[in-house]
Amino acid sequence: MIQTDIIIIGAGPVGLFTVFEAGLLKLKCHLIDSLPQPGGQCSEIYPKKPIYDIPAHPFILAGDLTEQLMEQIKPFSPGFTLGERAEFIEKDDEDQFTVTTNRGTKHRAPIIAIAAGLGCFEPRKPPVEGLLDFEDKGVEYIIKDPEFYRGKKVVISGGGDSALDWTVFLADVASEVTLVHRRSSFRGHPDSVQKVMDLAEAGKITLLTNAEVVGVGGDNVLCSVEVKHKSDGLSHIELDHWVPLFGLSPKLGPLGEWNLNISKNAIEVDTFDYSTNIPGVYAVGDINTYPGKLKLILCGFHEATLMVQSAYKRIYPTKNLVLKYTTVTGPPGIQS
Amino acid sequence: MINTENMIKVVVIDRDDKRHELDAPTDMNMNMMELCKSYELPVEGTCGGMAMCASCHMYVLSSHEIGERSDDEEDMLDEAFFVEDNSRLGCQIKLENSLDGLEIKLAPVG
Ligand SMILES: Cc1cc2nc3c(=O)[nH]c(=O)nc-3n(C[C@H](O)[C@H](O)[C@H](O)COP(=O)(O)OP(=O)(O)OC[C@H]3O[C@@H](n4cnc5c(N)ncnc54)[C@H](O)[C@@H]3O)c2cc1C
Ligand code: FES
Repeated sequence: MIQTDIIIIGAGPVGLFTVFEAGLLKLKCHLIDSLPQPGGQCSEIYPKKPIYDIPAHPFILAGDLTEQLMEQIKPFSPGFTLGERAEFIEKDDEDQFTVTTNRGTKHRAPIIAIAAGLGCFEPRKPPVEGLLDFEDKGVEYIIKDPEFYRGKKVVISGGGDSALDWTVFLADVASEVTLVHRRSSFRGHPDSVQKVMDLAEAGKITLLTNAEVVGVGGDNVLCSVEVKHKSDGLSHIELDHWVPLFGLSPKLGPLGEWNLNISKNAIEVDTFDYSTNIPGVYAVGDINTYPGKLKLILCGFHEATLMVQSAYKRIYPTKNLVLKYTTVTGPPGIQS
Repeated sequence: MINTENMIKVVVIDRDDKRHELDAPTDMNMNMMELCKSYELPVEGTCGGMAMCASCHMYVLSSHEIGERSDDEEDMLDEAFFVEDNSRLGCQIKLENSLDGLEIKLAPVG
């Protein structure tokens, strides 16, 4: 069991900055994120794009903003549970919450700060009838261990880097690899595109362009897919695995079942301290909503700053908090 | 006062096949994703209109000239589903006077 002062769900920019503001009040934080890396939308969707509305940064790349935030919170040594989704929340009789992830990791704290942005990034699932019946029975949206595919017949769908890279990698591992793509051109890195073309030419993989998987078949486990070609109709492929790789998109996920007041996929909060309807649970950043809400990083930073003040008072009801400038207290984390 | 010179009519058919006739300004640098959002039609626009999320996928039903899909738009449509020949990313359709009478339908969400 990981014990801390504040469990932060979501390691996007707002979750990260919450660690800093909490740290100034000597509150320890532990972050949970379903992605394998911190940064939220900034690192998952647009790491190479410049942002122009972070105060005092005429521009900063989203990836650099993440790095700088990580640097800024380092003195407070936050804990991280990455690659795991916060799934369940429970309150015990000592007024502490336990948050359990999909992998069973347990975290306990008197305060929860939900900084879950647009929700968990989950693989986009193609709208093929019966698909869900074959999940983990031949359909995988993420390749975790390439060895799993050794000697198997694999069909990969998609046109981006992950589809291309895995096609190249599995060409030497699987017994047969077929790449199915909607268009004839690919958006991936030119090097990877060339490699796939070369493999197809050498007969090491099968490349089906202008084509889409439209059906799945099998008893209990996946045995075949139906592929629709733009010009010459349907074809049938026998296989062991189908790996659709269409990127990730955010979904509200388990938070929707935590008895929080939700409106339009966001958690309603009181703008006094960004508290939710559950005492001790706060929501900051893109995940919350209130009259006048703007989904901006700057606004999330402000929300996190006010939120931790309220969290402090909840943990130490009798202590009075006096605002101290960081110029007065000196470098964070070092003062006694 | 509304300047009718820079206003066009656009029809949006939502996912329940309901028709919405919208007044669309052409002098505000707006696109179809933003227009739908401003009328609270169910278009996410997660990436803010940078052709980076495909959450604004729509079909163009009328025969207006909209200009070719850019590479970015094509690339992003690869991550969308139910893509048809008339598929576009709403955020890449700039509202212009020539689009008066434009008719679009929101694509299903995958
Ligand atoms: C293309 C693009 C451009 C943008 N440009 C700007 C800009 O110029 N200026 C600006 O201010 N904003 C911009 N934004 C918006 C900005 O990125 C968001 O406001 C910001 O990322 C919100 O931060 P956050 O920490 O609240 O959430 P997020 O960045 O969304 O992070 C939330 C994290 O929570 C995780 N999570 C969710 N649920 C769970 C769960 N149950 N368990 C574990 N983890 C979970 C997610 O995996 C995610 O990593 C842009 C957004 C996009 C997509
Ligand atoms: S709003 Fe993201 S692609 Fe159009």
